[in-house]
This record gives sequence, C-alpha cells and structure tokens, in this order.
Amino acid sequence: MKNIFGLLISLLLGVFIILALDSSVSFPEFGSAVISDRVSDNYLDEDNIEDVGSANIVTAIVVGYRGFDTLGEVTVLFVSALGVALVLGSSKKQARMDLKFKPNFMLRIGSKVLFGIILMTSIYIIFHGHLTPGGGFPGGAIIASAILLMYLADDKFRSNVKGFKILEGVAGSLFVVIGLLGLVVASYFLQNFLPVGTVGNLLSAGIIPIIYVLIGLKVGSEISGIVDNFLTEEESL
Amino acid sequence: MIQYAAIILFVFGLYGLFTNKNVIKMIVSLNIMELGLNIFIISIGFVYDGIAPIITSTSGSGLLYVDPLPQALVLTAIVIGVGTTALALAVAKSIHNKYNTLDLGELEDIL
Amino acid sequence: MTAYDIISLIIGVLLLVIAFLAINSKKLIRSVIYLSALSMLAVVSFVLLKAPDVAITEAVIGSGLVTALFVFTLLAIKRRETR
Repeated sequence: MKNIFGLLISLLLGVFIILALDSSVSFPEFGSAVISDRVSDNYLDEDNIEDVGSANIVTAIVVGYRGFDTLGEVTVLFVSALGVALVLGSSKKQARMDLKFKPNFMLRIGSKVLFGIILMTSIYIIFHGHLTPGGGFPGGAIIASAILLMYLADDKFRSNVKGFKILEGVAGSLFVVIGLLGLVVASYFLQNFLPVGTVGNLLSAGIIPIIYVLIGLKVGSEISGIVDNFLTEEESL
Repeated sequence: MIQYAAIILFVFGLYGLFTNKNVIKMIVSLNIMELGLNIFIISIGFVYDGIAPIITSTSGSGLLYVDPLPQALVLTAIVIGVGTTALALAVAKSIHNKYNTLDLGELEDIL
Repeated sequence: MTAYDIISLIIGVLLLVIAFLAINSKKLIRSVIYLSALSMLAVVSFVLLKAPDVAITEAVIGSGLVTALFVFTLLAIKRRETR
C-alpha cells in the first residue's frame, strides 16, 4: 500500500514538471531551438573555429573555452579514488580475492593478445580527440577495461599499483603546470600558447592534444586503482 | 517524445529511492536518476535537420549544427557519476563487513 | 509519423518498462543486469539525438566498468554470507 502511494506522489511530481515546462515561454519546443540566440553561436562561428584550430567543437569547448571546469572534474575523480582507497585498503599485505574457477591455457594466452589490441584502440582514440569523436575520457576508461580483462582472465594477476599511483600524480601535476605556463607566457591561465596550425591535421590546435593525453592517462590509472581495491580482501579471517 | 520519457525516468528513480530498503537497490535507483537527467539535458540542444558538431572536409559554410554546449556538460557529468557509484559501493561493502546486514531497517536498530 | 518518430517512441517505452522492472525485482543480480540494459538503450538514444562524444563515453563506462563494480560487490557479499 505504501508503494502505490509513493508511486502516485512521484508521478504527480513528474506531471507538475512537464506542465511547468510546457507553459514556459523561454523553454523551446523539442527540435526547434534557435542557435543564434544562444552562447553557442560564438563557438560555431567560422573565424573562432580557425583561431582555436580543433575540428571537434565539443573538444574545443571542454578543453579550450571551459578548461577550468575540466580541472575541477579531474579533482572530483581524484577525491573519489582516494576515498575508495581509504575505505577498502589496509596497511597489511592483501591477498587477491579468490574467484573459484581455474582458467585454462587458451584463456590465459588469448587474453594477453586481446590486451594489446584494446590498448592500441585506446591510444588511437586519445590521440585523435580533436579530429574525431572521443577524446581523453573514453580513452582512459578503455585502458581501465583492458586491465579489468587481465584481472578476470588470470587469477594470479596483480597490477603494479604503486606505478599507477605515481603516474596519476605526475599527470595531474603536469596539467596544472601547463596551465601555469599559459599564465606566465601568455596572459591567462590555460591560454593556448603553442602555434595552432590548420584545422584537420594531426598536429594542430596548440595544447589541446597534450592536455587530452594527460587526462586520459590520469583517468585510466585512477579507475584501474579502483578495480584493484575492489578485488582484494584481507588476509586475517 | 524522448523528453517525456527522460522526465518520467528521473521520477521512477526517485520513487525507487523512496521505497527500497536494500542499500544496493538504492544505488541502482541513483544511477537510473542520473541516466534520465543526462538524456534530458542533451535533448534541449537538439535541432531538426542539424548535424553532429564535427567539421569534416565536405562541410561548407551555412550548415546547421546541433548545439554543442549541453554535450560538453554531460560529458563531465557521466564521469562524476562513475566516481560517486564507486565510492557508494565501497561504503556498502564496508558496512556489510562490519554489521553483516544490508537492510536499512536492521541497520537503524543497530546503529 | 516519420521513421525517426516511430523509433524514438519505441525506445522511450522500452526505457520506462525496463526501469520499472529494475526497481521492483526480487533478486539483486537481476536489478544489476537490467541497469546494464538500460545503459545500452541510453547509448542508442544519444546517437538518435546526434551526440557521438557522449555516446562513446557512456558505452564504455556503462557496459564495462559500472556493471563490473556491482558484480564484484555482490560476489563479496555472497561469499561472506555462506562462510
């Protein structure tokens, strides 16, 4: 009885939201948004696109125009990985969680081949972030998926957690150092100070590919650390 | 049509957060709420007959693009959702280690 | 009704049905599998709304990483209860 009452109250809230948005003057209908009244008109202008130099406009917004928000988001991910390590880690030596199946020979060798192919895909997606859809965030998540595959296919695999933590710290600090270099050389934090080139080449768009590589490495090593913390258990018990 | 479905999906997630007593199902309802909200934010910037905001070699001038700003904001929101889910699951696992139950009613009596 | 409208109507109805099943199921593992299917339908609707960056990110994160974290937690809980 309490369930049906809760369902009715929630659906009433949904109907209120829909009615409020339908009768509002400034909320456009689905599919008929006028772009030339919005901020995005400046992002889609042809002279501005040649100034920034990136062919993927979403990349230009995430790293170029709104780069400071991306710095905040990288900080939030770092804090959550730190929280998981604090809650689930311990100072004693930990054993790998026993999944109670014995992988056979084909699985162990085949997964190593697949690991190489997945890593190559992730490097391609990270490096071409300013030309095709993708970028640093899905590329880093694909690196973490490759490490997850190695954990699942072999029951004695432990990745090098210390190396990942050092890599994550170095990548994050280099992001802030590049921003400070922009402050020193040009006049704003995270200003584009390398030459821009023509739209569509691999070596274009200034510091945008460099920042995406750093973000990809940082996200990949953080999520690998989270997966490793979930798959260990304490040895006392 | 997708906008109505996204708002009702958000409301279903809220209903699941009210009426479930198991901690893992509350985390699943939180994820459903985040999915509905992301779909709604992207559907604000949609233009009929627009193309995806990437410049190719066959595009001249005067083409109609889809709004790229909501997509940049949702890209950040998805990654933050992963961080939140990972921390919530770590706390749930640690609760089960210590008190041996995952039911909210029993936890209210113990704590 | 163009083909685009019919497909978006079908995807919208499927989203709502699978979300309702995920919230009201008795076993925990079924909720997690329904969440993974819901994430896949969200990727399809991102492609319909012409957002390729967001679709790639949600596909990698929703199918691989979040489902794996849920399954590892459920495995540890079951291991501890049958000890």
